[in-house]
Amino acid sequence: MKQSLFLAVALAAALAGCASGVKLDDVPVTDRSAQPVTPGGPGTGGQTQVPQVTAEDTLANRGGPANVARIVYFDFDSYVVKPEFQSLIEAHARYLKQDARRHVVIEGNTDERGGREYNLALGQKRSEAVRQALTLLGVRDNQIEAVSFGKEKPAAQGNDESAWAQNRRAEIAYR
Amino acid sequence: MHDMRQWRRRELVGLLGAAAAVPAWAQFRVEVTGVGLTQLPIAVVPFRGDADAPQKIGAIVQADLERSGQFRAIDPSGAPGLDESSRPDLSPWRQKTADSLAVGSATRLADGRYDVRFRLWDVVKGQSLLADGFVVVAADLRLAAHRIADMIYEKLTGDKGVFSTRIAYVTKAGPRYNLWVADADGENAQSALASSEPIISPAWSPNGKQLAYVSFESRKPVVYVHDVAAGTRRLIANFRGSNSAPGWSPDGRTLAVTLTRDGGSQLYTIAATGGEAKRLTQSSGIDTEPLYTADGRSIYFVSDRGGAPQIYRMTAGGGDAQRVTFTGNYNISPALSPDGRWLAYISRISGAFKLQVMELATGNVQSLTDTTADESPSFAPNGRLIIYATRQPNGAEALMTTTLDGKIKARLPGKGGDIREPDWGPFQR
Repeated sequence: MKQSLFLAVALAAALAGCASGVKLDDVPVTDRSAQPVTPGGPGTGGQTQVPQVTAEDTLANRGGPANVARIVYFDFDSYVVKPEFQSLIEAHARYLKQDARRHVVIEGNTDERGGREYNLALGQKRSEAVRQALTLLGVRDNQIEAVSFGKEKPAAQGNDESAWAQNRRAEIAYR
Repeated sequence: MHDMRQWRRRELVGLLGAAAAVPAWAQFRVEVTGVGLTQLPIAVVPFRGDADAPQKIGAIVQADLERSGQFRAIDPSGAPGLDESSRPDLSPWRQKTADSLAVGSATRLADGRYDVRFRLWDVVKGQSLLADGFVVVAADLRLAAHRIADMIYEKLTGDKGVFSTRIAYVTKAGPRYNLWVADADGENAQSALASSEPIISPAWSPNGKQLAYVSFESRKPVVYVHDVAAGTRRLIANFRGSNSAPGWSPDGRTLAVTLTRDGGSQLYTIAATGGEAKRLTQSSGIDTEPLYTADGRSIYFVSDRGGAPQIYRMTAGGGDAQRVTFTGNYNISPALSPDGRWLAYISRISGAFKLQVMELATGNVQSLTDTTADESPSFAPNGRLIIYATRQPNGAEALMTTTLDGKIKARLPGKGGDIREPDWGPFQR
C-alpha cells in the first residue's frame, strides 16, 4: 500500500514537472523561459530534473508556379543539376522573377548512407546547385535560401536503390 | 571485531523527488559480448531492502561494473541477509573465485528518503576496503547506485568511474523527435526537447550544464544552446543557409560550427552566448564536424578538400591543416579521448560504416565493431569506453558502448523508437 501511495505521489510530481515544460506553438519559434523546477545549487551533487521544451513547426509550403514540379533529383554521389530538370528550374525562375517579393527555400537531401553531419553538407551541395541554376537565370540572390536536411527527411523509406534515388533530391519550397 | 568505520553521510540532494522514480523502463539489458583478459571477479549481493525499494541498487551496481568491461560478475546467490554491517564468511566467495564482495542496504526513512549504505570486501585478504553511505530521495536511488559503482570502480581499478555521468541522445518515434538526458547506462531518461522536426548533433558543454544541438524545427538546421536544468535555450546560430555541427571549446566560451552563409559548408567560431560568427576555414569544398582538443589549441575536423572526406587538424584560430586519416576514402565524425591519445571516427569500408580508433602517436588504427552502420562516437570522460549509435542486424537503431579494444560491448536501453546521436557528458561535481 505504501508503495502504491508512493507511486501515486511520484506520478503526480512527474505530471507537475511536465506541465512546466515550454510549449512553442508560435511561428517564428521564440524562446520563452521555463521556471526551473528546483534550482540546483553548485556542489549539491544531486540529479537534476530536466524540464521539457516542445518545438512545433507550422511553416507550410505555399505559392509557386501552377502545375510545375518542385523536386530535382540527383544521381548517386552527384551534385549537378541534370539537363532533364532545366525546364522545371526555368519555370520556377520565371515565377520568381515576376515578383521580387517571392521567396523560395531550396532544401537539399541525401540518401541514408553515411554520417548525419557529412550528409547535411552533401545535401547543401545539392541545394546550392539549384540555387546557382536559378541565379544564372536571373533570380535575385535575396529571393533564394539554400538549406540542407541531409539524410534526416527521406521522401521514401527503405534501404535499397529505389528508395535512395527518391531521397537524393532538392525540394523547392515557397514560404 | 570488524573494521567498523565512521559512516560518512553525504546527502545527494534530490531535486524534486519522485518524478523519475516510476521504474517503468528500469529493466536491465546489459548485453556484454566478448571477454576481457583482465576482468576483476566481483560478487554484488542484492542490497538488503532492494525488494521494497523502487530501484534495485545491487543490480544497478553490478550492471555498471559489468558494462565497464573491467569486471566479471560472480553469482551472488546464497547470501540472504548480508549487508554492510555483516561480518560475512568469505570462504564461499573465495570458492566462487570472487576477488571482491559488495554488500549493502537501502532503508526507507520516515520522511520517505532512503538511507543507502554499502561495504566492499577484499575476499582474498579478508579486509574491508571501503564503506560509505548516502541519504537520498527516491528519485536519486539510481544516482546513489551509480555513485557506489563509481567508488568501487575507482577503488579497484585506480581510474575514476563514469557511472554517475550523463549521456544525451535523440530518438525518433513516428513523427516525433526527442532529445533525452539519461544516466550513463541509458536509464532514467528525461526529455529535454520534443519536436516534430529532426534534432541532431547534441554536444554537452564542458561543465555539463548545457547542450548545444542542431534543430530543424524552423524548416532549416539552426544551432541552439539549451540549459538542461532550467529548460531554457538560446538560438546561437541562425544564419542564412544551414547551421550545424556545434563543438565546444574546452573553456565553454566558444562554439565551433559549420555555416553555409558564404556558400559551401565552412567552419566558423561563435561565442557560446551568441553573436557574430568568425570564419575559420577558406576551402572550396566541405569543412565540417569541428572538434576542439582538450587544450583548446587545435581543432580536428572533416574536409573533402583532398577529393574525399578525411579528418584534418589545424590550430584553433584557423590556418594550415594537416591530414590525420589516410586509410580509406571516407573518414568522418572524429571524437577524441580526454587525454588526447585516441581518435575515434567512422570509416566507410566496403560500403559499411565502421567505428575505428586510432592511436594518434603511432597512427595505428583498429576496427572495433562487426556492425555496418556505426555513427557518432563519443568518449566516456575517463576515456575507457566509447558510446556510439549503430543499426542492429534486425534493422533497429541502438546505442552501444565498447571498450577501446572492442572486446566488451553493451547495448544501452533507450526510449521507444529509433535511437541515435549519443554524446557522453563530463564528470559531474
